[in-house]
Amino acid sequence: MAVRSDPVSLRSSGAVARRQALSRVSRYALLAASLLGVAVLIYLGYETIREGASRLSWDFISSYPSRFADRAGLRSSILGTAWVMGATIVVAFPISIGTAIWIEEFAPRNRLLTLVKLNLANLAGVPSIIYGILGLALFSRYLGLGPSILAGALTLSLMIIPMTVIASQEAIRQVPPSIRDGSLALGATHWQTVRHHVLPGAMPGIMTGIILSVSRAVGETAALIMIGAFTFIAFDNTKLTDDFTTVPIQIYNWTIRPQPEFRQNAAAAIIVLMVAVVSLNLVAAIIRERFRRD
Amino acid sequence: MLQPGAELSPQAAAFEAIRKRRLRHVGEIAIKGFLSLCAAVSLITTVLIVLVLFSESLTFFDHVSFSDFFLETEWQPLFEPVSFGIWELVAGTMNVVLWSLVLALPVGLAAAVYLSEYAHPRTRRVLKPLLEALASVPTVVYAYFALSVVTLDVLRPAFGNDVPIFNSLSASIMLAVMILPTIASISEDAMASVPRDLREAAYGLGATRLEVSFRVVVPAALSGVAAAVLLAIARVVGETMIVAIAAGSTPNLTLAPLEGIQTMTGYMLQVGLGDAARGTIDYQSIFAVGMMLFLITLLFNIASTMLVNRFREVYE
Repeated sequence: MAVRSDPVSLRSSGAVARRQALSRVSRYALLAASLLGVAVLIYLGYETIREGASRLSWDFISSYPSRFADRAGLRSSILGTAWVMGATIVVAFPISIGTAIWIEEFAPRNRLLTLVKLNLANLAGVPSIIYGILGLALFSRYLGLGPSILAGALTLSLMIIPMTVIASQEAIRQVPPSIRDGSLALGATHWQTVRHHVLPGAMPGIMTGIILSVSRAVGETAALIMIGAFTFIAFDNTKLTDDFTTVPIQIYNWTIRPQPEFRQNAAAAIIVLMVAVVSLNLVAAIIRERFRRD
Repeated sequence: MLQPGAELSPQAAAFEAIRKRRLRHVGEIAIKGFLSLCAAVSLITTVLIVLVLFSESLTFFDHVSFSDFFLETEWQPLFEPVSFGIWELVAGTMNVVLWSLVLALPVGLAAAVYLSEYAHPRTRRVLKPLLEALASVPTVVYAYFALSVVTLDVLRPAFGNDVPIFNSLSASIMLAVMILPTIASISEDAMASVPRDLREAAYGLGATRLEVSFRVVVPAALSGVAAAVLLAIARVVGETMIVAIAAGSTPNLTLAPLEGIQTMTGYMLQVGLGDAARGTIDYQSIFAVGMMLFLITLLFNIASTMLVNRFREVYE
């Protein structure tokens, strides 16, 4: 019986060792790639705060725009944003929920339904500037609304409806069928079942979807510029037919100027806009977590 | 009126019940009608988009011939001699698509592989939402960074001071950041739906994690990755603010990264900024360009949806 002189080792050598080493190293390379996006996000946040924080003050929030950088502020653009968002929600909210309910609860399962769903998926991919020129031709020019809050809100509504419908559909589908069956079995009509049992259950999901769409609309710039909202506004909006400006349009306006003082204003306005966007996303996340169905 | 405790003759009660049911029935029909009207809004939107783009483009093509639009190489609509060759704008769009993909594809794919094959579930739960947060940043914010951070603090120090202030690379870098979550997230979904058996078979044959990831999982998820890329392309093609602010406004038939260019969306915004009167040629031209843009994004979106449906069929 021959006795092996060298101890048996499970450690690999040669080509296998190289392959294993490569695989071990790859973990860190791939982790670095995943962190790159986050690192860019943090760096950009840091740059903005460094550039713009000193401009942030109550005066900056409450002043009208001006051709002097140190006197210019966000008053009219914050008010304009609030008006447009409010009107957009009023228009888009019922239409989106209605569409989602129709698709999930009432629509006949036929080719028309397939068409509606396919159409929604494609509309969600249409670039915002196309909605902008639709708004320009239809609302601003053809209906004569001009670059008004109403024209802006209608344009943004058409833009976010596909997104909100798809999110609402998802939420309605999450409501278990047993709840519908129970309600129908007790003699409730189809609509009563939807109104009292399906909608309450789906509401958190629907709200999350709508808040996320609004956070998308808050930052929308191109569509509103196309309908003609790139204007100088130095008054408080009071009605839907007023001309308006919004925070992202103001950021655009300040970014394209060559003077560094205006760039500071742009950075400060970006901080304001990001606070709004991040808060909306946080609210959506909180609603989603609180009502998560386990 | 039905008071609590009030006695009704059986006949009256039956009558009352029928009346209520009929009312309920009418209400039900009205509500169904309202809901289908809501659903019609999205169909009408599509019809209106196509109608507006078509009718305004038609008047545009009354003044500019089809062959000029597709065969001329100059896009110079605002100065004499005017010329409407769409290719300079299409080239501008292709320029930023090319460079943003060159940057975002390797990083996005690597991130997707890490999240799907390497990361601890807890790490993934933290990292994925952070990555997706990049998608919720308004694009005008990215545009600001492209102009004031990327060009001034990165490109000029790296490539010298003759880099023009408006160049396609600064826009492409921020576009790459914008589409990174699209590529990473959708590719990761595709990789996660690759059946476990495939991985285990490869591990059983002695493959390392790296080999399993790139020789088994990525090829198996390829149609999902392709769908993510097509969707990302559609988003870059349609993005306006980043290219309008950072890439310049000089139509330029080039794919070189350090030149000023103009994309289709950039041109449309430029006309939108000046209050083009209805009926003028530049007003009509944005609809012709918009038509082109609409068709290109539609093509990429449909191709992407078809690919997604295909990989679903294979593995579910």
